[in-house]
Amino acid sequence: MTEKVLEIRDLRVTFETPSGPLEAVRGVDLDVSAGELLGVVGESGSGKSVTFLATMGLLPARARVTGSVLLAGEQLIGASNKYMRSVRGRLLSMIFQDPLSALNPVHRIGNQIAEMLQSHQDLSKRDAEKRAIELLDIVGIPQPSERATQFPHEFSGGMRQRVVIAIAIANNPKVLIADEPTTALDVTVQAQILEVIERVQERFGTAVVLITHDLGVIARVADRVNVMYAGRNVEQGTIDSLFDHPSHPYTRGLLASLPEPGKQRLKPITGFPPNMLNPPKGCAFHTRCEYAAEVCKLDLPELQTFGDLQTACVRAKELPKAESRV
Amino acid sequence: MLRYILRRLAWSVPTLLLVTFLVYIALRIGTNPVESYKRVNPRASRAKIQQYIDVNGLDPNFIQGYFKWLKNFITGDWAPSIKGRREVWPALKDAMANTLRLGIAATVVGIFFGLIFGVLAALRPGGRRDVFINTSAFVGISIPPFISAILLQLLFAVYWQRWFGFSLFPTSGVYPAGHTGFDLFLMLKFMALPTIIVAIQIIATYSRYMRSSLLDVLNSDYMRTARSKGISERRILIKHGMRNALIPVVTIAALDVGSIVGGLIITENIFSYPGMGLYFLKSFGEGDFPLLMPWMVVIVASILLFNLIADISYAWLDPRIRLE
Repeated sequence: MTEKVLEIRDLRVTFETPSGPLEAVRGVDLDVSAGELLGVVGESGSGKSVTFLATMGLLPARARVTGSVLLAGEQLIGASNKYMRSVRGRLLSMIFQDPLSALNPVHRIGNQIAEMLQSHQDLSKRDAEKRAIELLDIVGIPQPSERATQFPHEFSGGMRQRVVIAIAIANNPKVLIADEPTTALDVTVQAQILEVIERVQERFGTAVVLITHDLGVIARVADRVNVMYAGRNVEQGTIDSLFDHPSHPYTRGLLASLPEPGKQRLKPITGFPPNMLNPPKGCAFHTRCEYAAEVCKLDLPELQTFGDLQTACVRAKELPKAESRV
Repeated sequence: MLRYILRRLAWSVPTLLLVTFLVYIALRIGTNPVESYKRVNPRASRAKIQQYIDVNGLDPNFIQGYFKWLKNFITGDWAPSIKGRREVWPALKDAMANTLRLGIAATVVGIFFGLIFGVLAALRPGGRRDVFINTSAFVGISIPPFISAILLQLLFAVYWQRWFGFSLFPTSGVYPAGHTGFDLFLMLKFMALPTIIVAIQIIATYSRYMRSSLLDVLNSDYMRTARSKGISERRILIKHGMRNALIPVVTIAALDVGSIVGGLIITENIFSYPGMGLYFLKSFGEGDFPLLMPWMVVIVASILLFNLIADISYAWLDPRIRLE
C-alpha cells in the first residue's frame, strides 16, 4: 500500500440555515494515496464538493466543520487561518467547475499564475513570469509567452480551464482537487482536459481527486472510486471492482442508469435525493432502494469490507449479485 | 485609443451645435428674450432694442437667428447682460470657479468616505456595521439638502453663537462682504457648510454603490480562486476585489462630476453661494438671454466631456471593453 497523503475521518459539515441546521456532510471517511487518481461520484447535493471545500478551508464562516483531515500527517480541521493559507495553493490546490468565471477578468493570465508562484515561493517577478510561461506550455497552451500577456476573455473555455490547471499545479501540490472540471465544457474539450489532468498526475506524481457526477469520466481516468450519497460515503473501491460487481444498491442504480450501445431505455433511480434538512432515518437511500427492508430504517450503515469493495449497506451480503458491466 | 478619443471629440462638435440649437429655441419660446429686455429696460430706445436683437441673434427667423448668435458666440462678440449691462464671461467664469471648488471638494470628501463605508458594509453583509451604514446612507439620501443645510446653519451659526459667543462657520457667500483678494483659510471656512451638505449626499449614494458592487465581486468565482491560492485576505480584497468593484463606481463618478458643473442649485441657493446654480436661477428668473446661453454651452460641453472621460476610464479599468 502506498503512502496516504490525505486522510479524512468522520468529517461533518453543518450549515446554519433559516430553516434549521443542515448537515451537508455526515461523517465521511476517505483516503487519498500519493499519486493516485481518486474519483468521487454523487448527485448534486450529495456533499462531494462540500467535503473538499471543507478540506481546503474554503467554506464560509457560518459552516461548522468537525472531524479530522490529515494532509501528510498534519491536521487541517481547526488549523489557524495562517497555516491554512500556507497549505492552500502549496500542498493542496483546487480546480473549479466553471473556467469562464474562475479567472479574474482584469488581470493578465501570466500574472495570475505568477501570483500563485510568488505567494508560496521566494521568486522574483521575472522568474515567476518565466515559470508561468513554462506552466502554460505544460498544460498545452500554444505560444505560451504571447498568451501569458493576454486577459482571460481572450481565451476559449477549454483554454481557460488549462490556465486554471496551470495555476493549480504551479507549486507542485501533493493533492489536486478537481471539482467537476469538465462539466461546463464541450465533450471534445472534456477529453482534452482530462488528458491534461492525467498528464500532470503522471508527470509530477500529484494525487488527484476528481469530483464529478459523470461516471463516464470516472471510468476513463480514475484508479479508485468513492460513491457519495446524502453526505455519506456509501461505497468505495477500485474502478474495476466497482464497475464489475457493484455492491451498494445506489451504485447499482447509477450504473444501470448509464446509457449503453444497444440499450433501448435507460433505467433511472426512482424518487428524489432526500431533503438534507430532514434526512431519512437509518440508511438515507432506503426511501428509493428496491431492496429496502425494515432493518435499513434503523441505523446509519457503516462501511464494511466485501471482497475488494467497501460498502455501507447492511444487506449487501444478502443481495443478488449485480450483473457485470465490464 | 487616441483615434477613438479624437473621433469622440470630433463628434461632440455636431452634438454641441444640435443641443445649443434646441436650447436656443427653448429659451426663445420659453423666456421671450426681447420682451424680457424691454421689461428690464423700459426706456430703451428703438435703436438700443434693435442692437440687442442683432448681437444676440434674436431674429424672428429662428434658424437665421441661431446662426447669427453662433457666429457672435464663436468670435467672442458676447452681448452684455440685460440687467446692469454686465459682461457675461467674468460672471460665468467666477460662477464656474466657485462651483468647481465646492463640487470638487465635496466629491473628493464624499467619494473617499463613501467608498470606505461601502467596503466596510460589504465585508460583513447583514452584520451590525452593515445595517448601521445602510440605515445612515438611507437617512442621508432621504433628508433633502434644504432641511439638512438649515439644521447645520442653526447649529454652527445660530446656536454656536448663543453658546460660545461666536459662530463657527459662516452661512452664506464665499467671502465676507467687502473682502477682496485671496484668503485660503477664510475661503475654506465659508465653503465648509455647503461642502458638508453636498458631501453627505455623495457619501450616502456612493456607500450604497460601493457596497453592492463589492458584494457582487466578493461572491464571484474568481474570488474563490484567489482564496484557493493561499494569498492574504488583504491582497485578495485589494488586488482581486476592489480592482473589479471600482470599475462601475468610477464610471458613475465621472458622469456625476460632469453634472456637478451644472451647479448645486439647492445648496448654492440656501448658502447664497455664487456658483453655476445660483447664476442660472438669477438669470433665468430675469429671462437674461445673454447670460443663459453661454451657461448652457458650458453645461452641455462638460457633460459631453465627462461622458467621454467615463468611457475612457471604463476601457482603461476593464480589459474586456475595447474602444473602437
